Amino acid sequence: MEAIYSIVKTILPLEAYQYHFMIRALLAVILLTPALGLLGTMAVNHQMAFFSDGLGHSAMLGIGLGMVLGLKSDLVAMLIFGVIWAVLICVIKQSGSATTDTIISVFSSTSIAGGLLLLSRSDKLSKSLLLGDILAVMPEDLLYLLGLLIGVIVLWIVLYNSLLMTSVDPFLARSRGIKTRLIECAFVVMVAVAVMISIHWVGMMLINALLILPAAAGRNIARTSRQHAVFTVLIALFSGIAGLTVTFYLDASAGASIVLVSALIYALSLVIRTARK
Amino acid sequence: MSHHCELCHIDLDRVSVRRGGSVLLQDVSMHIHCGQLTVLIGQNGAGKTTLIKALLGQIPHTGVIRHIDGRGLDIPHLRTGYVPQHLDFDREMPLTVRDFMAASFSRRPVWTGIGKKTREAVDNALASVEIGGLGDRPLGRCSGGELQRVLLALALNPAPDLLVLDEPVSGIDRNGMKMFLETLLHMRETRHMAILLVSHDLRFVREYADHVVLLDKSVLAQGRADEVFSSPEFDAIFGTGAAEEKEAEL
Repeated sequence: MEAIYSIVKTILPLEAYQYHFMIRALLAVILLTPALGLLGTMAVNHQMAFFSDGLGHSAMLGIGLGMVLGLKSDLVAMLIFGVIWAVLICVIKQSGSATTDTIISVFSSTSIAGGLLLLSRSDKLSKSLLLGDILAVMPEDLLYLLGLLIGVIVLWIVLYNSLLMTSVDPFLARSRGIKTRLIECAFVVMVAVAVMISIHWVGMMLINALLILPAAAGRNIARTSRQHAVFTVLIALFSGIAGLTVTFYLDASAGASIVLVSALIYALSLVIRTARK
Repeated sequence: MSHHCELCHIDLDRVSVRRGGSVLLQDVSMHIHCGQLTVLIGQNGAGKTTLIKALLGQIPHTGVIRHIDGRGLDIPHLRTGYVPQHLDFDREMPLTVRDFMAASFSRRPVWTGIGKKTREAVDNALASVEIGGLGDRPLGRCSGGELQRVLLALALNPAPDLLVLDEPVSGIDRNGMKMFLETLLHMRETRHMAILLVSHDLRFVREYADHVVLLDKSVLAQGRADEVFSSPEFDAIFGTGAAEEKEAEL
């Protein structure tokens, strides 16, 4: 870590990045925002913005259940329940018994209520679960975030084309031998894992913004799939770094600053898009 | 079309599909020959789409679908190409025609870029259906006729034994429709494949179909167009003189 600290201090001679906790937060942002942004491109294409929002809420029930069952690590509890939740939503959605947004609403409110019930009996219902605290990232947490980024990239190499075909037309994709249901579930599970790993750092209230905003802004200015991915990652990184830096000088919430920068870029992208037409 | 092995065919033997308690298809038996244009006609709800799904292996069915070569032997795999009726997709998606095709043509993820070989293969496939210059166009900005051709180019790669088209002529202007059909007829002459088309355009059916199948849960009549059109079953489904009326409309 020491080597990394000194490298960052040299590259970024800002007062903000003379502190080790800020450098750790910066690294977390650099690992986290592109991973969430990339997942967001497909969430937007599959019109699943609301879905990822609902998934974020299931973290609450995950922590609550983990506490009741006596699991040592919050993350393990959240991951297990996030994945189970995601698979359940996927299966129910594909059985076609109700529309997706209804299913998500049911799951989302159930997990908030369940989580509240369990957590209100302890002191775990903290501000950090709701709002996140990226400034508290420790070196070992960075490894999880690195793992997440690698996982998303691997998924994006293996499944991207199939996901793309599925998002255009599932029936056509199936006629070409793509196992659309399996692939959709794999994607949903990956989003669940990403949400659970990052929720401590960006919080339940803001996680969805990091998934959706950069991808939505990138979509406004991109023409090709490649541009969509590249623009989204750049917007995510810029918002993350700019937001974090602003946080230091204004003493504001890091998550909120990052999301607000993304929102500004989104507004700008809308203007560009309208001007082009 | 004489140089084709019309002996190669897809043989459906008593194909039935049931869902829940209801019968969607009952004992459908028919041949779809290589080098021929077989046209499926019938009312809405007659089971045309169900039959297509069964052929594409997307829904379970009873009965047998075999792919048989000129010597009467089974060919193990039936490669199908499918052109859907329309694409119900988000037209604002950042996705060019070339991206869309490349995602099917190559394992390389499209977001990392499109390799030279894939680019050539895609552009050749587009050129073969006379939309060579369309690669850079966003998929959502294509007209109905252009989209239909993109889907045809996709369905033809890899080369299928059976090309299935689900009413591809709807939503296209008259001129585009005529050109699309001409492309299709050219394929019948030049490629080694069977073509199954679902159509409501009876004038077109009479003019071009080699074999017509009238479907209503099961096969009511099949044969040459004039045979099927003059059958009592045809009159029962479409009303007496429907063929002439439809032609008069057009």
